[in-house]
Amino acid sequence: MSSDAIAVGGVLLDEPTWGETLHEWVTTVDHKRIGIMYVVSALLFLLLGGLEALIIRIQLMYPHNDFVSPQVFNRMFTMHGTTMIFFVAMPILFGFGNYLVPLMIGARDMAFPRLNAFSFWLATLGGLLLYFSFLGGSGLYAAGTAPDVGWWAYAPLTSRAFSPGSSADYWTIAVLVSGFGSIGTAINLIATILCMRCPGMTLGRMPLLAWLYLTMAGMVLIALTPLSAAQIMLLIDRYLGGHFFDTQAGGSATLWMHFFWIFGHPEVYILIIPCFAFMSEIIPVFSRKPIFGYPVMVAATVCIAFVSMSVWAHHMFTIGMSSYANSFFTITTMAVGVPTGIKIFNWLGTMWGGRIQFRTPMLFAIGFLFQFLIAGLTGIMLAASPFDWQLSHSYFVVAHFHYVIVGGILFAIFAAFYYWYPKVTGRMLSERLGRIHFWLFVIGFHLTFDLMHVPGLLGMPRRIYTYEPGRGWETLNLLVSVGSIIQAISVLVFVANLIRSYWKGARAGKDPWDGWTLEWSISSPPPAYNFAAIPDVASRRPLWDRKHPEDPDSRYE
Amino acid sequence: MEAASALELEPTRLVDTTPSWSLPDRGKVGMAAFIIAESAIFTIFVVAYLFYLGKSLTGPTPRDVLETPIFYTICLLSSSVTIHLAGQRLGRGQPVIFLVLWLLTIVLGGLFMYGTAQEWHRLIYERGLTISTNLFGTTYYSLVGLHAFHVTVGLLMLAIVLVSGLAGRVGTAHSARVDVLSLYWHFVDAVWVVVFTVVYIIGR
Repeated sequence: MSSDAIAVGGVLLDEPTWGETLHEWVTTVDHKRIGIMYVVSALLFLLLGGLEALIIRIQLMYPHNDFVSPQVFNRMFTMHGTTMIFFVAMPILFGFGNYLVPLMIGARDMAFPRLNAFSFWLATLGGLLLYFSFLGGSGLYAAGTAPDVGWWAYAPLTSRAFSPGSSADYWTIAVLVSGFGSIGTAINLIATILCMRCPGMTLGRMPLLAWLYLTMAGMVLIALTPLSAAQIMLLIDRYLGGHFFDTQAGGSATLWMHFFWIFGHPEVYILIIPCFAFMSEIIPVFSRKPIFGYPVMVAATVCIAFVSMSVWAHHMFTIGMSSYANSFFTITTMAVGVPTGIKIFNWLGTMWGGRIQFRTPMLFAIGFLFQFLIAGLTGIMLAASPFDWQLSHSYFVVAHFHYVIVGGILFAIFAAFYYWYPKVTGRMLSERLGRIHFWLFVIGFHLTFDLMHVPGLLGMPRRIYTYEPGRGWETLNLLVSVGSIIQAISVLVFVANLIRSYWKGARAGKDPWDGWTLEWSISSPPPAYNFAAIPDVASRRPLWDRKHPEDPDSRYE
Repeated sequence: MEAASALELEPTRLVDTTPSWSLPDRGKVGMAAFIIAESAIFTIFVVAYLFYLGKSLTGPTPRDVLETPIFYTICLLSSSVTIHLAGQRLGRGQPVIFLVLWLLTIVLGGLFMYGTAQEWHRLIYERGLTISTNLFGTTYYSLVGLHAFHVTVGLLMLAIVLVSGLAGRVGTAHSARVDVLSLYWHFVDAVWVVVFTVVYIIGR
């Protein structure tokens, strides 16, 4: 994808062959190429995870449907959840971080380029291992293929007695390996952001994206590692005869739940904070105003990171904790809404009075604001433990977290794609296809996930493979499934746009959006070395200063 | 080049002309981040150990079989001192004293591992405690084993530096990198203080 000509001794070499190109990509340590590979691999897994979602929805379209067997259904929701969290959302966000952070802080690469490549290949091989389970999961016992223990893999279902064969091991090792990759990337991001900034870029002048990725990487260090530790314990149980989660020998299934959710809830924030980062870059540019309340945004982010570490057991209200624990986790969960609300107000404050340009990235950003707010409101509802006792394990919960992950995270990721695709490829994504993508996706999303709350309220449990007619769930489930098909079509439009625009899109030039951060100061796609001369920064919007030397930001900060 | 671009007013300065602009060393920051991650992993294993204290359905219990490894603990903790002194000597350009102290660090770490091996041998063959015997066995071997694994990795890295040093390839220029490795070694020692307290003091 790089347009650099390779010159040796002043002689231009011929176009590299296929094999040479492949070799270059596989062995690359360039943060931009690694970022692209992260994103492309995540998109492939997105298609797989989406296919699994469609299978789930087709099965649930009608009562007593037998599109797939109960066993296959279990595998589908397990693989769907695991794929989407670990092999779509994480790598896509790390990919954007890898690509953007060095460019935005004026560095030529990440702090540890080889660790970067190593982390990427770990994460990707983890994903391949997970999908290899379809072939190798049956093990010697010829039992099961893909993992079917649910994405949180509660004990004792994962013990040898209940999960014979190797399917649970594929899940464990795939997630463990990709987790090591994530920790490597997090270390790299922290070292890059703290140690590689260009002259003048103090912490208070960093683009918010860098601040938010720094926070996210810090959370990965503390929150992903408990999962790694729990996975090691599970492997000790399964392979060495340990008893960590073996209830027959006094082990505790609840302990696994705690360990899993100590990871699991901060994970949501690990995913959403980079999305906040995209919003904090996109909304100002398309509102033609600097971000409102920069220091408060940073403080709110760090505050979210701290508070979100102590909310995990709101996933466990129904297991019977003490009333003190219930109250504590209810209060902390509601408290985390405060800094999040501050952020939403600041984005609105940025838009307020701005000359808003409704380009595709901004459309998705506005969709994000609206939907993320609603997702937060149902989150507050579920945070109240008595309410949760009624609706835990129902489709209401499924609707809530898909509202966060699809309505929030995925919309933000789409916005980021439309915003930075010109920088990465040198071509604009088609606005027309972008609008079709946006509106189809909004319609499909709301049809699916607005309505999905209702069968939950009517008592439909999650993870059931079929249901009786006559409970008032039929029409709703049919509409939910239709919505999911509309979303699938919309994603195909998006993929078509990505592919078509790569060759046919309008030339982007350096700075198609009239941006203010350093990545827009260099050519699109950027050269391998990023900056010919390391830039010097005097404010939060270095490009504004260059474009408006008569009225630079540095005068006011 | 890029500087001669559409934005003529691009103010550029080379990094080395700005002595006021200094950033932390990436090796140290990276290692500090790694240590935070490792601490979280150890925390989970320590929590599991404490949570399962006294919950084993069958014997043996910690009180029955564990003996406090005071000598080997002193070995490991003093290796933190020797590695620190070694790093200082390297910084002052005394590579021979550095190598001697470095070798001493490896010997002390090796002694600690020998102590762990002895203890495990005694527990397994004399006391019949394995990782699958009971909850105590599972949590004990996991926690102590996780730490021993980290000591082993540390010893391997120390050995690589020693071999390079004997080949005359470690000089004052590498002082910062050696310091990064020392950070890891200090961390492994600090973890042992926690493991020792939990397993041999609180756990009995």
